[in-house]
Amino acid sequence: MNLEFVESGQIMTIKLKGDLDHHSADESRVLIDEKIKDEKYNKIVIDLKNLDFIDSSGIGFVIGRYKVIRKRNGVIEIVNASKKVRKILDMSGIGKIINIK
Amino acid sequence: MQNNYVFIKIPSYSTNESFARAAVAAFCSSLNPTIEEISDIKTAVSEAVTNAIIHGYEDEVGEIEIQCRIKGQMVEIIIEDFGCGIVNVEKAKEPLYTTKPELERSGMGFAVMETFMDELIVLSEKDVGTKVIMRKTINSRK
Repeated sequence: MNLEFVESGQIMTIKLKGDLDHHSADESRVLIDEKIKDEKYNKIVIDLKNLDFIDSSGIGFVIGRYKVIRKRNGVIEIVNASKKVRKILDMSGIGKIINIK
Repeated sequence: MQNNYVFIKIPSYSTNESFARAAVAAFCSSLNPTIEEISDIKTAVSEAVTNAIIHGYEDEVGEIEIQCRIKGQMVEIIIEDFGCGIVNVEKAKEPLYTTKPELERSGMGFAVMETFMDELIVLSEKDVGTKVIMRKTINSRK
């Protein structure tokens, strides 16, 4: 999976490209947490426009980042999920804690 | 293409997760599945293989066997590991139940397999291994 970070004031947008599974989640976790550790970021936008695949490991990964951001009273938003990605997001009930647009 | 089959044996490296789901998806393509059906199969395979890697073998490297069989319009996928096994399969299948929350596991693996496939059978024995059998009928595109 490829990651692209776009910073705009207190908002960090992370664009995910490729497959988000257990393998890529393990690789990306450290990179992302390093990038968002600066407490000025109070909103993380996860852009899934170019995400081809996600499984339940990907859901665990998103919830993990939510927990990091929640500690500083920040929010996470998911944008541009395709129909097939949306299917597992909806099934997980993640929409109850994270805004999906 | 009646009764076609394939047998794949891979070591439990996480890099093989994407190979396993792509290989099974490619094998199923002869049934002319929809994009959604292929996506469902890939997701279910990914869940079963990830379980074998994380839970079956934990930090060890073992072998995972994947068998795919086409019977008419139905595809049967068997994913087997020879790791630690699951003591309580019913508990493991409960949505959101996980033995490894510290690894950011969502506890949704079996629920996803059950939802995305038509049938899920989990056979497991402690210290012997786990065998996941999944079936799905493909409604060929016209």
